[in-house]
Amino acid sequence: MARVGVFVCFCGANIADYVDVPQVVEEVKKIREVKYAVEYKYMCSDPGQQMIRDAIVNNRLTSVVVAACSPRMHEKTFRKALSDAGMNPYLLEVANIREHSSWVHQKDKKAATEKAMDLCRMAVAKSIANEQLFEISVPVTKRALVIGGGIAGIQAALDIADARIPVVLVEKSPSIGGKMAQLDETFPTLDCSQCILTPKMVDVASHPFIELIPYSEVLELQGFVGNYKAKIRKKASYVNFKTCTGCGACWQKCPVKVPNEYNMGLDKRRAIYTPFPQAVPNKPVIDAEHCTMLQKGKCGICAKVCQPGAIDYTMQDEVIEREIGAVVVATGYDLWDPKPYEEYGVGRFKDIITSLEFERMVSANGPTNGVPVRPSDGKVPKNVVFIKCIGSRDEAKGIEYCSKICCMYTTKHTILLHHKVHDSHSYVFYMDIRAAGKGYEEFVHKAQVDTHATYLRGRVSKIYKKGDKLMVRGEDAQIGQVVEVEADLVVLATAVTSPHDNPELARLLGISYDKHGFLSEAHPKLRPVETAKAGIFLAGCTQAPKDIPETVAQASACAAKVCGLFAGDTLKKDPMISTVNTEFCSGCQNCVNVCPYGAIVTDEVPFGHGSKEMRTVAKINEGVCQGCGSCVAICRSMAINLAGFTDPQIINEIVSI
Amino acid sequence: MEATTDQLVSIEKPAITAPPDWEPVIIGILCNWCSYAGSDLTGTSRLQYPPNIRIIRVPCSSRVDPWFLVKSLQTTADGVLVSGCHPGDCHYISGNYYARRRFLVTKNLLNFLGFHEDRVQFSWVSAAEGPKFAKVVAKVTEDVKKLGPLHLYKKENFSK
Repeated sequence: MARVGVFVCFCGANIADYVDVPQVVEEVKKIREVKYAVEYKYMCSDPGQQMIRDAIVNNRLTSVVVAACSPRMHEKTFRKALSDAGMNPYLLEVANIREHSSWVHQKDKKAATEKAMDLCRMAVAKSIANEQLFEISVPVTKRALVIGGGIAGIQAALDIADARIPVVLVEKSPSIGGKMAQLDETFPTLDCSQCILTPKMVDVASHPFIELIPYSEVLELQGFVGNYKAKIRKKASYVNFKTCTGCGACWQKCPVKVPNEYNMGLDKRRAIYTPFPQAVPNKPVIDAEHCTMLQKGKCGICAKVCQPGAIDYTMQDEVIEREIGAVVVATGYDLWDPKPYEEYGVGRFKDIITSLEFERMVSANGPTNGVPVRPSDGKVPKNVVFIKCIGSRDEAKGIEYCSKICCMYTTKHTILLHHKVHDSHSYVFYMDIRAAGKGYEEFVHKAQVDTHATYLRGRVSKIYKKGDKLMVRGEDAQIGQVVEVEADLVVLATAVTSPHDNPELARLLGISYDKHGFLSEAHPKLRPVETAKAGIFLAGCTQAPKDIPETVAQASACAAKVCGLFAGDTLKKDPMISTVNTEFCSGCQNCVNVCPYGAIVTDEVPFGHGSKEMRTVAKINEGVCQGCGSCVAICRSMAINLAGFTDPQIINEIVSI
Repeated sequence: MEATTDQLVSIEKPAITAPPDWEPVIIGILCNWCSYAGSDLTGTSRLQYPPNIRIIRVPCSSRVDPWFLVKSLQTTADGVLVSGCHPGDCHYISGNYYARRRFLVTKNLLNFLGFHEDRVQFSWVSAAEGPKFAKVVAKVTEDVKKLGPLHLYKKENFSK
């Protein structure tokens, strides 16, 4: 028979002032199974916990009820007290008589006392049905998968690999580097982006613990935390990376010219190409869509000029599998297409460009060798108008959020313009200047002083053509007048959006995303790098727009999380999960459909003892189950139960009031 | 033939007049992550509400088996409140959507059995909505008080 000990807490005056604690103890003692009941000032204090430990030993208790504050507060404390006394910690129940009684019924001591008694009765009844539970340990594969090779993925991969944990880095384009490789200089210090990024890229390629798989994508992810299996598709590059020396003879001779994505289409690359000179790995790939050999079967020049014979036109996509324990998603961002701004003449006027196009122009390795020019006639612009918040903070365009980086990079662009074209003048139309960050406000202030840029607070309503100039009409809200600026070049700071394939990726990983396609973190403040799915972490702009320092910080945070996950040989898990009684299971598989985590699979068991005929039953994957109990309520045969919240426990609570 | 709610609730009409000091018992089944945390917040904010409710903690509103509601009404409770996270906020991704669908069906069943529809109520209370929880409890208590003691299907009535 059950022997329950009940410990009622005064919580100083918090409970004792509004609940007659001694009376509760007297009442509880009347319950048949209660063998010991006592009150104390502070149950959570050391002497209080010692009382519990002593009582367990002296009275041979089989379960313990602590009537005190919310279990969300001290359940762990008291569980520890139980295990210290040699008792299974899950034989504890907490009756919440503070938050649910004394604090909310302060004007009616009689009712609050009665309620406290009921809550104790319920907890006693539940605890009688409590079972011993043991922490689950799950084996862990100590290898991490990083998806995306931008600065976020690079940083995460390097930090994890430096902890001597193997990393698989998957990048969809032929080279790692991401958007940061396209930048000329970075705010607020005007560090050359390539100079700080490329050493890291080289580190990734040469790191003994990093397996870099460029030009590939994740197809499938199965399993659960510590035990994932990823299928990765290596796209056919038509170049054997093992024999290719990266000499570049192939792309110099290739006759096909294609707009160059790296330079935002401002110049041409070949059908066989390395994305940029510092690419890692520095091996070319053939763009099958544009290669005449692959499309029409004619040409083959690259194969002829390739001395090591690395070109292989018959190469096929290859699917490889990797066993991994954790995933870092760092897929970066896309830039919004400003086409909906018809009033600006986007698409009609050649001299309206986006900020990243401007960035490529002013970049020393860019299409114009670092000099900004007008796309229409190739002249160097004198008056340049920068317009911020293109798409961002514009509900009509479906983007309510602030893209966060545009204020700062536009400021940087005014400086770069000033450096490259000394007699130029910048005009900046802005809504607000958001310069929150270390050294950011100072940077903006210094830029305004140094470049003499004209800052106009207001929106641009129209851009029209006058001769070979563009007339930008907008409002200067600070003088309350419409202003017109004659511009040689207009630069649009377009919004940062989520990568277009994020929803697809989220589905295959089993994580969630918000209405803008950004991947969702587990908690916006306290768990900003974890997803709701254990073992999958987020770094960089794929979660929300952010600048480089923040991205790097988040990537390092991901690395710390991954290292923490891999610190032990096994993962410890809360035992409050579902269990199937296969004797009762009819194999209807309703639970399989209802499980939000895909934790339930089917299994085959013999019909009876020694029978050769098999029947289908449900099987819970302990590693994946999070213990919500959806399957328990849907189960018609009552074959599933949720440890810690079993049907007998809850029914006991209901009938004991 | 499908019976309308009006026809069915008539079963519960001949209520025995409650004794003057009668207080209903409400069972509140709350999900751990939102509503239970919300009810804790009501406590920490010292917001007062009627003392009739007895709260049972479950991990998720999707854990709530219709059996619990029937059993509650059959044995100890005059009314039941089930509360979970707001749609879209479920700690377990989609549990509260299952709960919502299941609850609609359960409610039809309970109406069919003759329980007044105010006897079982469902609400969304987030971990930040302490005041809302107090309001919800006050409303449920008031509704059940109006209906009087529940005699339908009570075990003691069957034994007579």
